[in-house]
Amino acid sequence: MNAYPLRVNGVEHDVVDAWDGENLLYVLRERLGLPAAKAACEQGECGSCSVMVDGRLVCACLVLASSAIDADIVTPEGIQPSAHGELTPVQDAFVSEGAVQCGFCTPGLVMAVHDLLNREPAPSDLAVREALSGNLCRCTGYGRVLAAVNRAAHAAAAAR
Amino acid sequence: MSVVAPSIGAPADRIEGRDKVAGKATYAFEYEQVNVAYAAIVQSSIAKGTVRAVDSAAALALPGVLAVLSHENAPTLSAEGELAVLQSLEVSYRGQIVAAVIADSLETARHAGQLVRVDYDVAQHDVELRPDHPRLYKPDRVNPNFPTDSEQGDVEQALATATITVDETYTTPAQHNNPMEPHATIAVWENDGLTLYDSNQGAWRVAQTLAPIFGIDVGQVRVISPHVGGGFGSKGTPRPHAVLAAMCAQHVQRAVKLAVTRQQMFTLTGYRTPTIQRLQLGADRDGRISAIAHDVVEQTSTVQEFAEQTAVATRMMYASPNRRTTHRLVALNLPTPAWMRAPGECPGMYALESALDELAVACDLDPVELRIRNEPDVDPETGNRFSTRNLVACLREGAQRFGWSDRIPEPASRRAARWMVGMGVAAATYPARRAPSTAHANAEADGTFTIRITASDIGTGARTVLTQIAADTLDAPIERVRVEIGDSSSGPAQVAGGSSGTSSWGTAVVKACRLLRAGQTEVSVDTSDDVDGGEPLTKQAFGAHFAEVLVDVDTGEVRVPRMVGVFGCGRIINPKTARSQFIGGMTMGVSMALFEETLLDPHLGAYVNHDLAMYHVPTNADIGEIDVAWIDEEDFAVNPMGAKGLGEIGIVGCAAAVANAVYNATGIRIRDLPITPAKLVGRL
Repeated sequence: MNAYPLRVNGVEHDVVDAWDGENLLYVLRERLGLPAAKAACEQGECGSCSVMVDGRLVCACLVLASSAIDADIVTPEGIQPSAHGELTPVQDAFVSEGAVQCGFCTPGLVMAVHDLLNREPAPSDLAVREALSGNLCRCTGYGRVLAAVNRAAHAAAAAR
Repeated sequence: MSVVAPSIGAPADRIEGRDKVAGKATYAFEYEQVNVAYAAIVQSSIAKGTVRAVDSAAALALPGVLAVLSHENAPTLSAEGELAVLQSLEVSYRGQIVAAVIADSLETARHAGQLVRVDYDVAQHDVELRPDHPRLYKPDRVNPNFPTDSEQGDVEQALATATITVDETYTTPAQHNNPMEPHATIAVWENDGLTLYDSNQGAWRVAQTLAPIFGIDVGQVRVISPHVGGGFGSKGTPRPHAVLAAMCAQHVQRAVKLAVTRQQMFTLTGYRTPTIQRLQLGADRDGRISAIAHDVVEQTSTVQEFAEQTAVATRMMYASPNRRTTHRLVALNLPTPAWMRAPGECPGMYALESALDELAVACDLDPVELRIRNEPDVDPETGNRFSTRNLVACLREGAQRFGWSDRIPEPASRRAARWMVGMGVAAATYPARRAPSTAHANAEADGTFTIRITASDIGTGARTVLTQIAADTLDAPIERVRVEIGDSSSGPAQVAGGSSGTSSWGTAVVKACRLLRAGQTEVSVDTSDDVDGGEPLTKQAFGAHFAEVLVDVDTGEVRVPRMVGVFGCGRIINPKTARSQFIGGMTMGVSMALFEETLLDPHLGAYVNHDLAMYHVPTNADIGEIDVAWIDEEDFAVNPMGAKGLGEIGIVGCAAAVANAVYNATGIRIRDLPITPAKLVGRL
């Protein structure tokens, strides 16, 4: 295949002169200039490359990019509010709760939390832990991350 | 008179936090380059021998492959040890770099790498660490520069006459740092100068190390590393891939990106040596220690020596007139061990603090009281005063916060349904080091200030705390201070290692900012003459860990529902980032106690569980509640901020607290980490 289209964050891209076997993470990062999803294990163990494909949270490293033609792909770049410098309530909670350290697992965690709160606006602690079970973090010990999810959920509830 | 609220002590949000949560922080592999090429590493499939031939034909025939680099066509470097990449036919460990493929895409490079055929003359490898290994030897010094052995008094005599003795051997396995960001480098040669976008713990160290390897001046190397996705020691010194990336870029005359894969990180980026530690204690019936002997056996490689300082903390931890520590190494056909969070103190204090617990049992004493009873007035090794030593305060405060008085000393006394419940304690310590650094500071025309220093923020919060330190020195709000880090063009500075970053860089930042306050508008400072001198003092941080564990009576599964850590680490500059460091260290300590172990296949000569599926780091379900507090302490003997480093002390002693709690829960003493269910099941 000489070229195939991918729809990422609502924008149509052409993937040109690429081998068909490339995974979505590689294509996003190295061909489309979207590096927010991180390559940390490249075999689906750590969740650092989490993106949404047709509304499902997946590890981009495990998805064949050319299989995502016609799918709606959302990366961490795609969840930003339109106003420059603004953060989503989830992102904001990560900063203020001290849930970010080296930051490499962070975009994947943020995607997973967005996915959770979209599905379940007031999740139980167990549901939060389950939703984040596919995301490894080597810095934080997770406690501040769980606190950030709580804060974001409460902020969303207060806004409703 | 200050009119600005002080920044130091305020829980300021991480300055780059907003970029990180938005995915806008740029890490090493993410700098866009024109006409970039990708390199893939080919590793040896034998543990010892020589390369007979490298057949690149099939790889070179693949469309998109630009070159294959091996010893046959590699340039000659002025490099030694692990950094002498492709300089020799000799294979010293399985996974050593024997070739690299450079191609238009990473997938092509990796595929071509599998087509490179390397033939070897295979020799018999030796990879097994044993306490009776015939090639054990005494290194000249241990990391970073301690005497290898120490002896005061007559240890053997004191042990022979002691009423109570403990004599046990504790072992810790090989462990791999596994920061979330794999080591990565983009190398670009332009006008005979080399630019590296690199993931490291010290951009200056990388520039300083690589320049002579390629025969160029340090000023011709620029290393850019503003964001680093964790290191835990593994990025403290340049790794072979950084040298290789520069070689590849030079060879194809294009920018080259090279990221170590997660699997390759288990051979190319360092690890914690396994240790075999014999601990002997002698005491009277009241628990007053008369003798401590700590004899360590550990490994290094045949490529270069790394001698971990495992028993060094034992030299000053407790009062005892008779003390001995020794370190013996054997050079094996394995990658060279290196720094992993609190090298030395971490495995060493696991053994010492486990032995203390065994002594408490033997003396029928509370383990908190035992430690207080053996608190020294001065450093037992040197006779120096401690600049500050708040171990006793940490133990007392921790005991109170944890509810230590609820503990039942008799093991295996408490049950909650299927769980056996236990509590354990252990002490922690870590040196408060400081090293020279340079910094530049400008008072800008718009009333803001710019500080440039080759500091490194690997997730610690260094950028944030340096901004707070500068703001207070300048008596300005932090919004008016910009601290630029992670660029070697800012000049020499200490690496982010040995918990010395804040202390070393902060000293330079304070010095520069004081000159601005005195009226200068553009200053450059060097703290080489400032960091030593004065009364010789022993400068250490201290802490105490308390752990509650649950042990499943049927499966042997161990869980840690809660921990308390209390630390005496000088002035806490930023409670938010400090808390994260302590918790992160303790999390890694729980992980060391229960999960982390890199397993060696003696036949292959390889560490085999080389990914995150089989090398277990904690998920969120593995970590319970971790409560962290600190003692009100200031130590201006360490630096003008009164602060001690705190990136490593959280892991020190933590595994012992968990192991001691497992003993209290079950009556079973596990002396070889990690405490896996297999070691408990059937014995409960």
